[in-house]
Amino acid sequence: MTINGWIQILLYCGIIIALVKPLGGYMTRVFNGERTLLSFVFRPLERGVYRLAGTSEGEEQHWKTYTAALLFFSLAGIAVLYLLQRFQGGLPFNPADMPSVAPDLAFNTAVSFVTNTNWQAYGGESSLSYLTQMAGMTVQNFVSAASGIAIAVALIRAFSRKSMQTLGNFWVDLTRTVLYILLPICVIGTIVLVWQGVPQNLNAYTTATTLEGAQQVIAQGPVASQMMIKHLGTNGGGFFNVNAAHPFENPSAITNLIHMIAIFSIGGALTNVFGRMVGNERQGWAIFAAMGVLFIAGVAVCYWAEAAGNPIVQALGLEGGNLEGKEARFGIALSALFAVITTAASCGAVIAMHDSFTALGSMIPMINMMLGEIVIGGVGAGLYGMLLFVVVSIFVAGLMVGRTPEYIGKKIEAKEVKMAMLALLILPLVMLGFTAIAVVLETGVSSMANPGPRGFSEVLYAYVSAAANNGSALGGLSANTPWYNITLGLAMLIGRFAMIVPVMAMAGSLVAKKAVPASSGTFPTTGPLFVGLLVGVVLIFGGLEFFPALAVGPIVEHLATIAGQTF
Amino acid sequence: MSQSKSASLLDARILVPALTGALRKLDPRSLAKNPVMFVVAVVAALTTVLLVKDFIVGSQSLGFSFQIVLWLWFTVLFANFAEAVAEGRGKAQADSLRRTRTETQAKLLPSGAGSDFKTVPGTSLKVGDVVLVEAGDIIPSDGEVIEGVASVNEAAITGESAPVIRESGGDRSAVTGGTQVLSDVIRVRITAAAGSTFIDRMISLVEGAERQKTPNEIALNILLAGMTLVFTFAVVTIPSFAAYAGGSISVIVLVALFVTLIPTTIGALLSAIGIAGMDRLVRFNVLAMSGRAVEAAGDVDTLLLDKTGTITLGNRQATEFRPISGVEAADLADAAQLASLADETPEGRSIVVLAKEKYGIRARDMASLNATFVPFTAQSRMSGVDFDGSSIRKGAVDSVLKNVALGGSAEERETQAIADEIAKAGGTPLAVSRDGRLLGVIYLKDIVKGGIRERFAELRKMGIRTVMITGDNPMTAAAIAAEAGVDDFLAQATPEMKLALIRDEQAKGKLVAMCGDGTNDAPALAQADVGVAMNTGTVAAREAGNMVDLDSDPTKLIEIVEIGKQLLMTRGALTTFSIANDVAKYFAIIPAMFLAFYPQLGALNIMGLATPESAILSAIIFNALIIVALIPLSLRGVKYRAVGAGALLSRNLLIYGLGGIVVPFVGIKVIDLAITALGLA
Repeated sequence: MTINGWIQILLYCGIIIALVKPLGGYMTRVFNGERTLLSFVFRPLERGVYRLAGTSEGEEQHWKTYTAALLFFSLAGIAVLYLLQRFQGGLPFNPADMPSVAPDLAFNTAVSFVTNTNWQAYGGESSLSYLTQMAGMTVQNFVSAASGIAIAVALIRAFSRKSMQTLGNFWVDLTRTVLYILLPICVIGTIVLVWQGVPQNLNAYTTATTLEGAQQVIAQGPVASQMMIKHLGTNGGGFFNVNAAHPFENPSAITNLIHMIAIFSIGGALTNVFGRMVGNERQGWAIFAAMGVLFIAGVAVCYWAEAAGNPIVQALGLEGGNLEGKEARFGIALSALFAVITTAASCGAVIAMHDSFTALGSMIPMINMMLGEIVIGGVGAGLYGMLLFVVVSIFVAGLMVGRTPEYIGKKIEAKEVKMAMLALLILPLVMLGFTAIAVVLETGVSSMANPGPRGFSEVLYAYVSAAANNGSALGGLSANTPWYNITLGLAMLIGRFAMIVPVMAMAGSLVAKKAVPASSGTFPTTGPLFVGLLVGVVLIFGGLEFFPALAVGPIVEHLATIAGQTF
Repeated sequence: MSQSKSASLLDARILVPALTGALRKLDPRSLAKNPVMFVVAVVAALTTVLLVKDFIVGSQSLGFSFQIVLWLWFTVLFANFAEAVAEGRGKAQADSLRRTRTETQAKLLPSGAGSDFKTVPGTSLKVGDVVLVEAGDIIPSDGEVIEGVASVNEAAITGESAPVIRESGGDRSAVTGGTQVLSDVIRVRITAAAGSTFIDRMISLVEGAERQKTPNEIALNILLAGMTLVFTFAVVTIPSFAAYAGGSISVIVLVALFVTLIPTTIGALLSAIGIAGMDRLVRFNVLAMSGRAVEAAGDVDTLLLDKTGTITLGNRQATEFRPISGVEAADLADAAQLASLADETPEGRSIVVLAKEKYGIRARDMASLNATFVPFTAQSRMSGVDFDGSSIRKGAVDSVLKNVALGGSAEERETQAIADEIAKAGGTPLAVSRDGRLLGVIYLKDIVKGGIRERFAELRKMGIRTVMITGDNPMTAAAIAAEAGVDDFLAQATPEMKLALIRDEQAKGKLVAMCGDGTNDAPALAQADVGVAMNTGTVAAREAGNMVDLDSDPTKLIEIVEIGKQLLMTRGALTTFSIANDVAKYFAIIPAMFLAFYPQLGALNIMGLATPESAILSAIIFNALIIVALIPLSLRGVKYRAVGAGALLSRNLLIYGLGGIVVPFVGIKVIDLAITALGLA
């Protein structure tokens, strides 16, 4: 580890912290339907959308209606995306003449983008037409992100409203998020990216003759417009196969910084939105602080592991850290930082190949995802995931102050605990269950690139990434097989929607409760004590069940590496 | 208070029946009520079958498997034992309660009228019997006045100094067993027969064990069931991971890991904690109608406390003689002393004491003075003496004024002015007259209980607001409120105002506790989240409240809140402890489990446990023994300190959270050393 590396990491943290309050303030105004700077541009457009959709702003929805709207919207998105891929061969904007996508891969990809996962069992430049990229992938990058944010906002309202039945209107929240938050940032960001050299065109691929005289096909297309939302919406689906390690996706230090900031900005600001809407910004900061502690710890371990390098390679006389699979432009510190960011949030974009990370270096991204991506997390999903842990923390430890547990004045009772537990059960069930099946099936094992614990980690990582809706891969695994396409698709669907439904049921129960005013006997949820408690509960509740799987994966691999043993 | 009667934890009278109780509770129907322990019992049965199979087939590690299975059963039995001990304490309590019931004699009127009575034991009375109660008699059982009016001294139970009026018809017709009629004669129709009194109901409550799970307990059970499921996923996937690595793990070992991971500690002790919480209340002579009420007590935000008996001593005391102009203070004292010589009320006695202290007036013998005592009656609202043609009266100012009937004279105006002044300062004025001439006023002062101010400060730290309820005028109320240090007061309180105040607080989201005894308290008692009815209160009040205080001591509201908090804290502390324990158990079992095919994982054996078998065995033994070790804590409860939630939380998190992580590391290591030394594994 170097001072320079840590300065870069801390600089990044400083920028994110600085963004929380202003962006949170702006977003709060948007969600409350208040007038903002951009209203004069988007207000007419917004009204037009409601007229077209046949809904009105004043129409409030019960949790069931809200959830049904989201589910319907997502289902329609999957159908459209599936059909686009299946018929892209005959559709326009296909200068590279991409054939239509196979059914299992099309299913996997459609689910992947609608669930905000962006797991890619395909290489973008070698599989998808520009139409599919733009009308399919980019559109879903916007609306899947907005859907997640809408759920988070509904849950925030559940805490901030008192004795009510409704949580807002899904269509309104969706529209406002896209128009006022995602679009403006993306428009500006895209222009900066184009200035930095990211392509934005509809040209056919260029064939170039290299210095050695060989022919090289240089892929391009509408890249910049997808890049910005890919990070801002924590989608992570690259235009190119190697994702943000590709110089066209991520040409400079500036674009890399923009990408990293984009990934955390909305998730971080949502904690502030939470604080503002429940009437005490410190509540938001406490959650943000717990996320921050977990984040810094993750970066520290990952950076340390990568900087320490591989003892087996070092024994051969190669000094220094682990640079395998990393872009020399970014180096170890930034690669480790990006890996932690992308898995802490539910992004999944990469600037280095995670399969080339050391055992411990690749375990941190896995743990981030196993915890449910609640460290900043996917836009919206991170906050509602973290609030599940908050509910559990409050319930377990809140009793220790001698009152039945309450959070933001809302009593945490059987219904909330039941729904929180249901939501938290989903991830271990899907992640461990599918892994356990895959590692004993011939079809599962044959896709592994490496034997032993690393092969196990590849499969585990795949299901963990899919269920957590991350989308990054440890690589190595040949995932474009019917088995993986279908089971990973299922993991993504369950990981997204089987979590959203109980979260919304919990919101429905919470919004109807009256608020208990805080007193000196109330469990304090703004101080360092609460932050520490929350971190502990996240690690014990969210992490302990994965300990056996991690032990036979990255942990044993790490111990073996130290002992100079390979598999 | 009957706390001293609490049976010791190591009392053989409780422990021995609890041992058999633990076995009896192996009944699946009984186990099914507790999801976590039910799961443990199921896997214990499963492994028992496997053990028998291994025994028949012949297997190498039979001794190890046998020990694991044994400890699995012990885990279940220890949980049952904890519950049985908790119930046993309740039963012992019920027995001692039975012995404390006192016998009173009743004057039964067989005809229901007249005055020909038959003396029978109070317990033999049936509902509908009519009894005669004369001045000085103890009312034998709860009932309703059907004829007559009487002043009844309920001070012995309620602490209310002033006698209350009980008369036939209307709201004030209910009388309570155990109270004493001071004046007049009443006929009472009995409404509660022996066997249906509150003590009887309490006995059946603590013995019957027809315990309903409380809302918080249900929620906690859901959490524990959820955790059990999560760890089920974690464990059932291990064989597949092992198979991938080319190894296999025996079912016994998997079961051991599973049982140590699921929250057995809190699962085992949860119902014991609940029973013990109710039991603590019972030993406090408070009967909670439901566990829900006990939980609500811990959440109380606002406490409505009656002034008399709770904040002030029930007995007002004479502190000053205030003569009107032209009368010597010593003369007033002399008259007041004469009028009070035969007055056995605390106020009367305090007047005699004050006269002696201030003016050296010694007690005189009524008989030698040829004096006749005129007792206080509900109608006259005065008492006094008649002797040698002279008569002295003392009593409520308006009654005395009416009695002397001076009609707006200067003396009357002066007396009234002094009385008002005393009332403003928070006192009670008693006017004194001699032979139709006004002498002055005795200043009776409400004495705020010692230490009550500190109690209210503590409550404030707990986040509880105290509101004093009094019938006094606002001036008097404000004076006493300031002296006692309550947060707020409700003066000239009517039952309607009380109810409105409770509704108001609840609309703000607060939980309200109050105590009351009158029929007109019933709506407020029913509306309050915690309504403590005095056992001496009317039947309606007792039906409306969700707790009944058998000692009829309204001060107990404060302790009830503490007991509620203690119950919740104990639950939270042991849940936190139980969950924190998992970290160490992983470090014991995971390396042992995978050692055969991933020897590198031996590095995780940070406790340095001797062998894989001893590691697994130590973990499961620790898991079982910790239940037993924590039984005393779960019965006694975590100590509540009024230090504010933040300080309380950091303290408990340190002890039960951090302690929960550290203790098993030490415990498992010690057990490992022991069983290795004993050669058990």
